[in-house]
Amino acid sequence: MTIVPIDGKVVLEAVRTAVDRYGATRDELIPILNDVNREIGYLPGEALDEISRLLRVPKSHLFSVASFYRMLSTKPRGKHVIQFCESAPCHVAGGREVWMAVKEALKIDEDETTPDGNWTLVTTSCLGVCGVGPVMMIDDDIFGNVDAKQVQSILARYH
Amino acid sequence: MKAIRSMVLVSSDPKSIENGANDVYQALQHELTSFGLDNEVSLTMVGDVGRHDASPLVIVYPEAVIYGPVKKEDVHFLVEEHLYKGRVAVSLQAPVRELSGRIAWLSARKGTLPAEQRIVLERAGEIDPDSIDDYIIRDGYQAFATALTAMTPDQIFDTLEKSGLRGRGGAGFPTGTKWRFVYKAKGEKKYVICNADESEPGTFKDRLILEGDPHSIIEALAIAAYAVGANEGYLYIRGEYVLAQERIRKAILQAKGMGFLGRNIFGTDFNLELHVHAGAGAYICGEETALIESIEGKRGEPRARPPYPTTHGLWGKPTLVNNVETLANVAPILRNGADWYRGFGPKSSPGTKVYTILGNVNVTGLIEVPMGITLREVIAIYGKGMKNGKTFKLAQTGGSSGSIVPATLQDTPMDFDSFSKAGVALGSGALLICDDDTCVVDLARVLLNFFRKESCGKCNPCRIGTQRVYEILTNISEGTGSLNDLTDLMNLSDNLYQLSNCGLGQTAGAPIRDIVFHYRAEVEAHIRLKVCPTGVCSMSGKRI
Repeated sequence: MTIVPIDGKVVLEAVRTAVDRYGATRDELIPILNDVNREIGYLPGEALDEISRLLRVPKSHLFSVASFYRMLSTKPRGKHVIQFCESAPCHVAGGREVWMAVKEALKIDEDETTPDGNWTLVTTSCLGVCGVGPVMMIDDDIFGNVDAKQVQSILARYH
Repeated sequence: MKAIRSMVLVSSDPKSIENGANDVYQALQHELTSFGLDNEVSLTMVGDVGRHDASPLVIVYPEAVIYGPVKKEDVHFLVEEHLYKGRVAVSLQAPVRELSGRIAWLSARKGTLPAEQRIVLERAGEIDPDSIDDYIIRDGYQAFATALTAMTPDQIFDTLEKSGLRGRGGAGFPTGTKWRFVYKAKGEKKYVICNADESEPGTFKDRLILEGDPHSIIEALAIAAYAVGANEGYLYIRGEYVLAQERIRKAILQAKGMGFLGRNIFGTDFNLELHVHAGAGAYICGEETALIESIEGKRGEPRARPPYPTTHGLWGKPTLVNNVETLANVAPILRNGADWYRGFGPKSSPGTKVYTILGNVNVTGLIEVPMGITLREVIAIYGKGMKNGKTFKLAQTGGSSGSIVPATLQDTPMDFDSFSKAGVALGSGALLICDDDTCVVDLARVLLNFFRKESCGKCNPCRIGTQRVYEILTNISEGTGSLNDLTDLMNLSDNLYQLSNCGLGQTAGAPIRDIVFHYRAEVEAHIRLKVCPTGVCSMSGKRI
């Protein structure tokens, strides 16, 4: 995949904004990581270095936290991230067919990114909108009652 | 203050948004202004009001008329007929269908469903969640004021203990007793935490309470803080619940503005500071010690217990952790008394329970009913029967960590004691109803896939056990299992239960034990005959 080199300044600025917002204390670590992850799309090494310096927390600890939570990523992701719910309620409601359709449409498998860097496909546990399963989330938008036939038109909205 | 004569609500659940709820809202704004009604009619976006068959819904109070599905082209006619001329626009009304329970207009039709009783969801969907005034008008902060000025902590614990309220997070621990433990724990500094890390698959009751009635949780947490002697509290809200976080943050600011939070509340010397802490995507953080670790900025790995959080919790201080639904019961109990609460549900587990109904039924959604209702009633009354006239095969309760309840148990009352006698668990209140097209092996495999991914990896029995069980189930579903696998599955299920550090691993084996116990013939067909009786499994002959 093509990885757009990230600007070191942008990373540092994102980190400083987040630390200013929450304060440089250890109990705000997860909110800070969350903000930086949202801003840049993932947590690059430079970001972890800077957070480590500002919060006086070892980088090994930061990495252990960053790699633990599903919403944080230490690897670059595509422009849009699809989170597909693979929990039982969506599965029973026909989630498997939709999952196959998404994989087919993007020609990638779970945890992969398309060669053009547009899409990353990940599975997730329940998103809490089970009343309208099968459910998938693209960036911050939730799509419910998804049908395998609708997949193409939903994806087409993101370009 | 403006004199409002009508209230218009627009549903904004994901389905409604997809079907154009935003356009309808804007069109309503436009039409109300052009008819000159914007001063006497209020317009509000509300959350999920339950009728997904006709979304987006527009509900007009005080008549409680439900319109749906409403398109933006219909709005002009609707406003002209109903709000300007005062006639119900019959052609736009939502098709009549009996209640799914999770509906905003329930109070207008109270009595049509004898079983429905709303305590926790009393206001959700009926008030503007962003308005503290709406909450106060509906008895809001009354219980907190009474508790703070006229009750001692002991009286609060007594009332809660007498009411019989038990934790709704899954374990069912008596709430009053837990509060008393924290109160008695030694230490100057104490914390209260609301566990809103709702990640149990199929459960979204907490989201609804937080989004629909955020002040009720803040009020309950404030009562808890006063009772146990804490002056700092956290609401740990799941990272994915962005709207819930926003609403709670806003509600905290409003409560501070009114003097319900902050310093010298109601003129007493009680101070309270509340923080919102967003999660980052980890099921295990719903476990209370993992949640505490996560607030401390660490990996969400459960601690060894004892000591329990009641004595050694956040930063090692005595900490009270309560689930959202549990807290939502507190203010109503203090307002109406313990005897009132005991009037609902069976003796051993009084009160109501919020269930989410999912899967192969005609109407999915959320209901709040007294404890002790049976599955057959839930499916027939609230689910409106099985989809496509299929037969009920099993229900999976309480999200992934619940049990598989076979059709033979569908007349067992669903309360803590009856269910544990029958060897099944109530769990968090999700009811995944499956018809006879569901393959038990496939279902168990999906459930175990969840545990395998969400296991935090701290203890070996859970990390390795869930992975191994998943592999065996996959082999069975591919037609390459052996009868020895069944013995292995039972042993692993037992090991998971006996050896795991926390509830995740301890319950992960439950679905396995259940399917082998209740559906052994179906599982053996996969192994002996290499056939999936329901035709769901791929049976490709692959082996991991």
